[in-house]
Amino acid sequence: MSRQMTGAQMVVRALRDQGVDTVFGYPGGAVLPIYDELFQQNKIRHILVRHEQGATHAAEGYARSTGKPGVVLVTSGPGATNAVTGMTDALMDSIPMVVLTGQVPTFMIGNDAFQEADTVGITRPCTKHNWLVKDTDKLAGTIHQAFHVATTGRPGPVLVDIPKDVQFATGQYQAPNQSQTGHYNPQVKGDIDLITLAVEGLEKAERPILYTGGGVVNSGPGASQLLRELVAETNFPITSTLMGLGCYPASGDNWLGMLGMHGTYEANWSMHDCDYMLCIGARFDDRITGRVDAFSPNSFKVHIDIDPSSINKNIRVDVPIIGDIGHVLEDMLKVWKARGRKTNSEAVAKWWEQIEKWREVKSLNYRNSEKTIKPQYALQRLEALTKNHDRYITTEVGQHQMWAAQFLGFEDPHRWMTSGGLGTMGYGLPASLGVQIAHPEALVINVAGEASWMMNMQEMSTAVQFKAPIKQFILNNERLGMVRQWQELLHGERYSSSWSEALPDFVKLAEAFGCKGILCKDPADLDDAIQEMLDYDGPVIFDCLVEKHENCFPMIPSGKAHNEMLLGDASTKDAIDSGGAVMV
Amino acid sequence: MNALALKKGSSRKSAYDLKNPQGDHQETHTITVLVDNEAGVLARVIGLFSGRGYNIDSLTVAEVDHAGHRSRITVVTTGTPAVIEQIKAQLERMVPVYAVHDLTVEGPSVERELALVKVAGTGEHRVEALRLADVFRANVVDTTLESFVFEITGAPEKIDTFIELMRPLGLVEAGRTGIAALSRGAHI
Repeated sequence: MSRQMTGAQMVVRALRDQGVDTVFGYPGGAVLPIYDELFQQNKIRHILVRHEQGATHAAEGYARSTGKPGVVLVTSGPGATNAVTGMTDALMDSIPMVVLTGQVPTFMIGNDAFQEADTVGITRPCTKHNWLVKDTDKLAGTIHQAFHVATTGRPGPVLVDIPKDVQFATGQYQAPNQSQTGHYNPQVKGDIDLITLAVEGLEKAERPILYTGGGVVNSGPGASQLLRELVAETNFPITSTLMGLGCYPASGDNWLGMLGMHGTYEANWSMHDCDYMLCIGARFDDRITGRVDAFSPNSFKVHIDIDPSSINKNIRVDVPIIGDIGHVLEDMLKVWKARGRKTNSEAVAKWWEQIEKWREVKSLNYRNSEKTIKPQYALQRLEALTKNHDRYITTEVGQHQMWAAQFLGFEDPHRWMTSGGLGTMGYGLPASLGVQIAHPEALVINVAGEASWMMNMQEMSTAVQFKAPIKQFILNNERLGMVRQWQELLHGERYSSSWSEALPDFVKLAEAFGCKGILCKDPADLDDAIQEMLDYDGPVIFDCLVEKHENCFPMIPSGKAHNEMLLGDASTKDAIDSGGAVMV
Repeated sequence: MNALALKKGSSRKSAYDLKNPQGDHQETHTITVLVDNEAGVLARVIGLFSGRGYNIDSLTVAEVDHAGHRSRITVVTTGTPAVIEQIKAQLERMVPVYAVHDLTVEGPSVERELALVKVAGTGEHRVEALRLADVFRANVVDTTLESFVFEITGAPEKIDTFIELMRPLGLVEAGRTGIAALSRGAHI
């Protein structure tokens, strides 16, 4: 059913054929024809952000909370360059995103035209793939292929750059089923011999651990269910990276908490002392491994990942299984059941005794105060008061992010949307907006630090315009908390540029945006204040004044191993040597 | 265990030839990459190498299938065994890439490079240059009364040797194509 239409019409038609209901964007000269088409239809909703970076993070929030690709539409030049951070963020965290950029007309490309930038050149390293379309007949096919690439294999951001003359010209529309998606079709089924090897190791394991990550979320809800079945059947302990929180419920008996630099004592010691490690959709990131040559020295390692380049990149594994988590876990359970559902349950019971001892350390303990609000306490109260809500959490980046990961519990995937790989300050507010647009009835909270939050605070205006009742829960310590913590540990307590002076009055700021502001500085008032935030039907900026010098523990200092964790009350003097100091 | 796995068709049949996969010694590998000949594909591959800090010793690219718009990139790179493995995995997952072959481990292969070498001189030097060119089976593709341009094809080491020999005989400049390589035998 192909037919003639303009390039701009094709864009809107292709988006509709791809099932897109929402586009985050910002108009400009080079995308005016597409905006004109958007104006003349009602199927696709356009969310006008206040900055193109906001559009990309909002699209990420939409994608991370739904599993569907987020769609961004921006203009050429500055529109495209402003979108670079969000695309890089999505690339690092494997988030499906389709970015459409306008471009100057083909006959002006290369002439330094007004608002011209080499968009495909600039975004080549920060997209999974990108295209410059010079022929209207190829536009629809390219957009369909872009969706295919963004959502298959290891998901990621893609970009289609569309010159303005291509938008005006008429060509033949191709429906998704008529389009060639090219030869890109990553393998989803794992090698059954390797899966059998992994199962053999699992049966014999005395001190097993499941180390899961964002790949489980990306594989879809089925993968999460299979993971839960695996844990229930084997009684193995399970930990997760920052990206994988929620795949196994935090209330589950086998849950050890998050691992890594600010992970729990029991999770990190289990990783270090285990004899069988099953890594499911995680990538042995440096936040997880600590010192690589001391990482889990005596374990048999199995790694399931859809991306072959993740295998043996940082840590050499014994059994690499390339495939989609859902498919591989399904086969693994089948093989394991067919072989008689064996585990070394006696040894595993002993392993649990050891883990209980580590749990007793209670590494997340902190000293509470009646005078000032401790950030950990604020999050515990937020958790208690929102636990029974249909709740989605986003965060900015820094101490508050780690505390949120430690103190908030996630029962399901797609409920926790944080910038893990790139660590983008300014991500959380627009991401929460994207989540709220996708889930209009849900409770969406952005746990923020005041410094990160101010990086994209213009998006409050978007939230007010689109009546998105997002709650901005700002743990305000008037410091760049994580920077300050590192300066304390590493740089002789010289706090170079790590405090915020001249902060705005957040309550007045909220009023200026046309939303509600709440200030809370007394622990005794906290519950009521949080309740007031939850009860308010609209966006809220919650200014929670917290202890200014609190450090985030436990912590594995850079360049150290999992069994060299710092706990809160431990001496932190000279904890990091000069070798570790050069690392980030 | 996978560390010991040899690829099919490998010429290295003996365990004595296996190298420690975690070793930090440098190896040179010739890798061929079959790609869609779309705009920017070379920049994409080169950007991967520069962005991730890999080395490029030699790079050759040309369309080899005009009907299918496919190009073959031949890249010679140096790195530790783990880095070489990463390079191949990173190349393989690129969207426009059809196939990646490591000719260095996948069996016997032939490598050839073409060079044009300009030598200026008169008298004894000129005669000697021509005599050596004959030994190396280089062709004369341009000549004046005081210069030659030789065309020489062969393995890169042969060309290195030829250029070194021409240096005292009046070498002016040399242009090299970088290597093209194929596996021996009937298979790809």
